[in-house]
Amino acid sequence: MHTLTKSALVLNGLGQCFTGGKHLCAVKITSRGLVRAVRGGNSDKDEVYDVVISGGGMVGSAMACSLGMDPNLAGKKILLLEAGNKKVMDKVPDIYSTRVSSISPGSATLLSSIGAWEHITKMRYKPYKKMQVWDACSDALITFDKENLQDEMAYIVENDVVVAALTKQLDRNVQVKYRSKVVEYTWPMPQQAAESIPWVQVTLASGDTVQTKLLLGADGPNSMVRQGLGIPTVKWNYDQSAVVAVLHLSEPTENNVAWQRFLPTGPIAMLPLSDTVSSLVWSTSHQLAEELLQLDDESFVDAINSAFWSNENQSELIETAGSLFRSALSVIMPSAGSPRQLPPSVAAIGPKTRVMFPLGMGHASEYVRHRVALIGDAAHRVHPLAGQGANLGFGDVTCLTQLLSQAAFNGRDLGAIQHLLEYETERQRHNLPMMAAIDLMKRLYSTNVAPVVLLRTFGLQATNMLPAIKETIMGFASK
Amino acid sequence: MYSDKFCRLAFRLLGRKPVAVFGLTRRGFGWTAVCTQRTLRLVRSASQASVDPEEVRRFRSLASKWWDEQGEFAALHAMNDLRVPFIRDNLLNVHTRRHPGKPLAGLKILDVGCGGGLLAEPLGRLGASVLAIDPVENSIGTAQLHSSYDPELRDRVRYRACTLEELSAEEEGERAGHFDAVVASEVVEHLADLETFAFCCGHVLKPGGSLFITTINKTNLSYVLGIIVAEQLLRIVPRGTHDWEKFISPVELERLLESNGLSVRSIQGMLYNPVSGAWSWSDSTAINYALHALRVSDDDGRPEEEEKECRS
Repeated sequence: MHTLTKSALVLNGLGQCFTGGKHLCAVKITSRGLVRAVRGGNSDKDEVYDVVISGGGMVGSAMACSLGMDPNLAGKKILLLEAGNKKVMDKVPDIYSTRVSSISPGSATLLSSIGAWEHITKMRYKPYKKMQVWDACSDALITFDKENLQDEMAYIVENDVVVAALTKQLDRNVQVKYRSKVVEYTWPMPQQAAESIPWVQVTLASGDTVQTKLLLGADGPNSMVRQGLGIPTVKWNYDQSAVVAVLHLSEPTENNVAWQRFLPTGPIAMLPLSDTVSSLVWSTSHQLAEELLQLDDESFVDAINSAFWSNENQSELIETAGSLFRSALSVIMPSAGSPRQLPPSVAAIGPKTRVMFPLGMGHASEYVRHRVALIGDAAHRVHPLAGQGANLGFGDVTCLTQLLSQAAFNGRDLGAIQHLLEYETERQRHNLPMMAAIDLMKRLYSTNVAPVVLLRTFGLQATNMLPAIKETIMGFASK
Repeated sequence: MYSDKFCRLAFRLLGRKPVAVFGLTRRGFGWTAVCTQRTLRLVRSASQASVDPEEVRRFRSLASKWWDEQGEFAALHAMNDLRVPFIRDNLLNVHTRRHPGKPLAGLKILDVGCGGGLLAEPLGRLGASVLAIDPVENSIGTAQLHSSYDPELRDRVRYRACTLEELSAEEEGERAGHFDAVVASEVVEHLADLETFAFCCGHVLKPGGSLFITTINKTNLSYVLGIIVAEQLLRIVPRGTHDWEKFISPVELERLLESNGLSVRSIQGMLYNPVSGAWSWSDSTAINYALHALRVSDDDGRPEEEEKECRS
C-alpha cells in the first residue's frame, strides 16, 4: 500500500513539474522580444556540434554509436565527452569483473544494430535461458523461461566488455574527447534573444568550450547535467548496499539459470558468467554488507551458500498454507508451473573481488528541457534486483535515436523540445511502471511478517501457474 | 486598375527602386503585390486610406514572435510536420539522387513569403540551397538573425527583402528559371493578383521544377473555422490575418496554374487539431490543402519525370 501511494506520488510530481516548469519560463521569455542585431557572442570561434553526449559509459557510448550510424543523421557533428581514458580491450582479462549487466534481447538487438554485439560475443558473454526467483520465507517460487529452454532469456555481460565493444565502434562518424571533464554548462533561453547564443555551451576543465544544439546527459545517477538544470528527482535510498563478487562453482554445470532468492534482508542473486563462474549481487543492510566484506573468503562462501540453501526463515504455518494453495492450484491447472531447482553450490570466490556500494532508486521528474535530454541512470536509477538498469538505458537510446533520426529527416532543429517531449513521454510510459514494479518487489520481500509473506507466497505461486501473465512480464522485461 | 496605387504604395512601404517596377509594367503585366500575408494586409488597408502607422507597429512586434513555438505562429510551426515531408517526398520522387543525411542536397528552392524563416530553415537543413524572400524587412531581419547562429544554415539559406515580381524581373535571360522548386506556403490566400503570381512562379522555375502551395479553401466551412473560430474564438492566428474573399478553391487554383504552364500533380487536404496543436492529412480539402504542381517543359509540354510518375 505504502509503495503504491509512493508511486502515485512520483507520477503526480512528474505531472506538476512538467506543466509548471517548461511553460512558465516560455512565457517569461516571450516578453523579451527579438531585436534585430549583429551576430552576438563568440559563436564563430567555438565549434557548434549537432549533438554532444556527456558521459561515455555503456549508455552514452551506445548513444554515440547509434546516432553516428543512423543514415538520416549522416553528416551531423556528434561529440562524445568522457572524463576517463579510452577503454581498449585487446584481450579479455582472465579475471572476471564484478560489475556485470543483464542484457535483454531488446538491448542485444540495439547492440547488434550498431555492430557492438559481434565484438561482445567474441570477447565474453553468457546467455541464460531461465530465471528462478524464490522466497526464503516459504517454498513459493517463480520461474521464467523461454519455451523449452530453446531461446536465450537474456545475457550476462561484464560492463567493461560492453564499453570496450562500443568503443571499437565509436570511431565512425563520432568525435570523442577522452579525459575531458566538464566544469560548466550554460543553458540557452527557450526563445532566442538577440545577443545571446542559442545553443548549450559546455565548458571543459581544459578551458575549451564547445557549443551544441542538443546535449544528451548520460552522466550517471549523480548527473551533473540534471543537477545543473535543476530538474527535481524523486529518490530514496533503500538503506541497502549491494555486495558483489565473482563466484567459482564447486563443479562445472550448464550454468544457464539466473538465480535470485529473496531474503528478509534483501535479494541475493547469482548470475552465470561461464560454466564454472558466476557473479554475485547480494543486496542487504549496510551493516550486514560491512560484515560480509570483513569475513574471510571461506566464511563468505559459507554465508553465500547458506543464503541460497537455508530454510531457517521458514515458518510451518506458511509452509503448510503455501503447499495447500499450490496443490489446490495444481488441481485446477495440472501442467502449469515448474519444479523448484536448486542453485549450484559455491566453492570459492575470486580473489579481491568483493566490493560493496549503496543502493538507491531515483527518477528525474523531467527527462528533457530545451536542447537537453537525460538518458540512462541520469534519468532513472533502479534496484538491481530485476537486472533492468542497463536495459532501461539502452531502451532510451533506441527510442531517442529513432526520434532524432525522424526529426533530422523532417529538417527539424535537433534540439527542439517537440520531439524531445515525445521521447520523455514514450520512455516514462515504459520506465515508470518498471520502476514501480521493481520497487514494489523490493518492498514486498523486505519483510518476514506472516500476512505479507503469505500474500506474496500466494501471489508468486499463482503467477507461476499462469503462463499468460509470465509471458507478459517477460515480454515487458525483455524490451 | 489598382496598378498606380500599388506602385505608389510600394515606394512608400518598401522603398524599392522604381526601375524594377517600371520594368515590370513595361513588359505588360500589371504591378500587383505578390507578397506575404502581413504586407498584403498593409496593402489592403493602405489602398483604402493611407498607411496606418499602428499596423506597421503591429507587424514589427509580430516579427519578433516568429520563433516562439507556443506563440501566435504555433500553428505554422506545427504545420512543418506536414509541409516539410510533403515537399521532401515529392521532390525525392522527381529527383532520384540519394544523399544520406541531406536528402535535398543540390536542389535550389525559392521560398516565397518566408516570414521568419519557419519553413526555409528545415529545407536548408535537408541540404537544399534556399533563397527565401519576403517583402517585410522586419521578418527578413528576424529570419536572418535566427539562422546566422547555425553554421549549417549560414551558407545554405539566404534571405532577401523583395517581392516575387521583383525577383522574377531580375531573373532574365540565362538566369531565368533556375529554381528546382518554388514554395509558397500560406501565402496565396493573401494575394491580390494570383494570375501574376502563377506567371512569376513559372518564370523562375526550371522546366520540370516543382511548385508547392499550401492555402485555405474558399468554402463555408473555411469561413467558419478559418476566420470565426481560428481568429475570433480560439485566437490561433492573429485577428484580421485572413480575408475570406481572397481564399481560393483547389479547382480554381488548379485552373489558374494550368493556364500558366503548371500542371497539378496532387492536392491533399490538411486538418488542424487545435487541442493537440497538430496537423494531419485529410481526405477533405474543405479547409486547408496542399498542392504540388510541375512546370511543364517548354518543348513537349510534359517533362520526363512527370511521365515516370504517371506510370508509377
